[in-house]
Amino acid sequence: MAVREAEPVGSLQEVKEAGLDREDLLGMYRAMLITRGIEERGHILYKQGKIPGSFYTGRGNEAAAVGVGSAMGPNDVGTPLHRDMGVHITRGVDPWRIFAQYMGREGGPTRGRDGNVHMAMPELGLHPMVSHLPAMLPVATGMALAFKIRNEKRVALGWFGEGAAARGDAHEAMNMAGVRQLPIVFVCDNNQWAYSTPTYLSFPVEHIADRAAAYGFDGVVVDGTDVLAVYREAKRAIEKAREGGGPTLLECLTLRMEGHAVHDDAFYVPKEMFEQWAAQDPIERFRSWLRDHAELTDEEDDEIASSVKRTLNSALEQADESPLPDPAGLEAGVYAAPEDLDTPHHK
Amino acid sequence: MPELTYIQAISDGLRQEMRRDQRVFLMGEDVGVYGGAFKVSLGFQEEFGPWRVIDTPLSETAIVGGATGAALMGMRPVAEMQFADFISCAWDHLVTVAAKQFFRGRTPVPIVVRLPSGGGFSGGPFHSQNPESSFAHIPGLKIVCPATPHDAKGLLASAIEDPNPVLYFEHKHLYRRIKGEVPEERYTVPFGQANVHREGEDAVVVTWGAMVHTATDAADELAKEGTEVEVLDLRTLIPWDREKVLESVRRTSKVLVLHEDTRTGGFGGEIAATIAEEAFEDLDAPVMRVAAPDTPVPFSPPLEKAFIPQAEDVLQALEELVAY
Ligand SMILES: Cc1ncc(C[n+]2csc(CCOP(=O)(O)OP(=O)(O)O)c2C)c(N)n1
Ligand SMILES: [Mg+2]
Repeated sequence: MAVREAEPVGSLQEVKEAGLDREDLLGMYRAMLITRGIEERGHILYKQGKIPGSFYTGRGNEAAAVGVGSAMGPNDVGTPLHRDMGVHITRGVDPWRIFAQYMGREGGPTRGRDGNVHMAMPELGLHPMVSHLPAMLPVATGMALAFKIRNEKRVALGWFGEGAAARGDAHEAMNMAGVRQLPIVFVCDNNQWAYSTPTYLSFPVEHIADRAAAYGFDGVVVDGTDVLAVYREAKRAIEKAREGGGPTLLECLTLRMEGHAVHDDAFYVPKEMFEQWAAQDPIERFRSWLRDHAELTDEEDDEIASSVKRTLNSALEQADESPLPDPAGLEAGVYAAPEDLDTPHHK
Repeated sequence: MPELTYIQAISDGLRQEMRRDQRVFLMGEDVGVYGGAFKVSLGFQEEFGPWRVIDTPLSETAIVGGATGAALMGMRPVAEMQFADFISCAWDHLVTVAAKQFFRGRTPVPIVVRLPSGGGFSGGPFHSQNPESSFAHIPGLKIVCPATPHDAKGLLASAIEDPNPVLYFEHKHLYRRIKGEVPEERYTVPFGQANVHREGEDAVVVTWGAMVHTATDAADELAKEGTEVEVLDLRTLIPWDREKVLESVRRTSKVLVLHEDTRTGGFGGEIAATIAEEAFEDLDAPVMRVAAPDTPVPFSPPLEKAFIPQAEDVLQALEELVAY
């Protein structure tokens, strides 16, 4: 079973067949702009010393994240990673919560307990990643297992980087999911670098998706800068899983357009590689597609851009009003009490 | 003697060991081309080549398990975890294989695992931990926690020479903050010998790693009031220098045990218990402990500050102890 290399998306007709109307398309475009906007502003805040610790962005991964996030059903769940801000945005997290998280404020989803993208809102079906990669894959597998046991038509999505694919957690999760034909999609953010490590020092085959065959399910490689192709492939995989067709390994090929984190100037990435991938910037690509196929006008585009700007301005203001957490509450938050089980997930 | 930062001393020591012993090699994530996340091995790949400075996949199990196998075949591997926190991924190989291989088969496992540890810069729950106590509980592993550039270099040489698996905890918050004189020539600092980092007769703080400096700051502050507190740096936890600790306790009769790791099950409890067993009669006050509260390491600066013992916390505890 060879991997399938997904075709790019062509016409609006094709997109409509995939279930997206114009509003959906503009929503995805907006989510991509917000994603990039949050990370760009975060970068500035970091340089201004307003964000403690380290700072990561997913520049170049906006289409992959928004494409997959948009294909998720309302009751589906997932464990997005540090390049997947777009998933949080697509699922509806309020941007001010993200700025509050970055700045270690009480209003962030982890209330200052953790930083940067180590966050998620369970009420939106997302669970926060840990640093240890890809530790969330077995967890996502367990989510899918719960759905299978309870016979629910829900799907879990587990994200992982092509570098972290080297760890045993990835193998164990995929093997178990394959054995039990669980409703899960494994989404590989293949941005071709794991910190300074190129793919050929991370794995010895062409594609991570090649591995799917060894676990008894399908592997698909998609251009991760083409939001519509990502959407279509994610949708297929998710609906297949929902209907009992088992897991899929969906590899989204992109380039990490910045250093591993802000401190890293990525000197080890060949310049030509950056130039080549800059020419297929996911946002630019989608913008020109919308112009060509969905009649996006300059006025409409400007309007979207300024509404995104307003959203981010007020988000930043709101985050800045959120207080720093009170150390007095630190020790109380380690163990759950019975009433903490009173969430939508545990009922 | 040249002045080096703590991190330069580690680089210097490692380079020296690799030059003198062909069996020594380094492996880990991003240690080659990038020179390691903290740049400890910057320029090493140019000097020693890609087979002695090995960029591995993101694979802690294969790094530590692989180091064990190479050691069994006569190599002297130094394995780098990008952060000490990630050693949890290799727990099994360290605890199950490396720690027990000699006990069962008389085959020594001379590996060194370098572990950039500790907090103080908003690294959050997964880039700040001090997991030394977890491993101190595992017979078969040795544990080293240098506090000064001098000891960082000398203990690394001892660790590489040692025929056992050694966990070398290098505190990230000391990397560029702490400077000191470091001999150019090779030397070793033996395991199990505590060092009096600061002299004093009125009480003793037993500690290690970054807390040596925190304790010293507190002791210097207290000295303004005419009270002189000894700061005893254990330097290695397994083995640890009971004799020196007990000697200091007997001499000062008041002891504070300090560590950056969380309190419950921390190595401080072991030290306190030993003092209670061996030097109860010599104490003029209950053994005190200052440690982090029993929570994950928090990210936000006010929380992290409340979590990591600060010089003010130590000072306050010492004032109570001295007044007892
Ligand atoms: C188990 C583990 N080891 C090391 C690290 C440190 N680390 C953080 S991200 C990273 C590279 C990850 O590469 P990849 O999986 O390709 O994801 P990317 O960052 O490129 O999105 C490394 C080595 C980690 N987070 N977890
Ligand atoms: Mg990557």
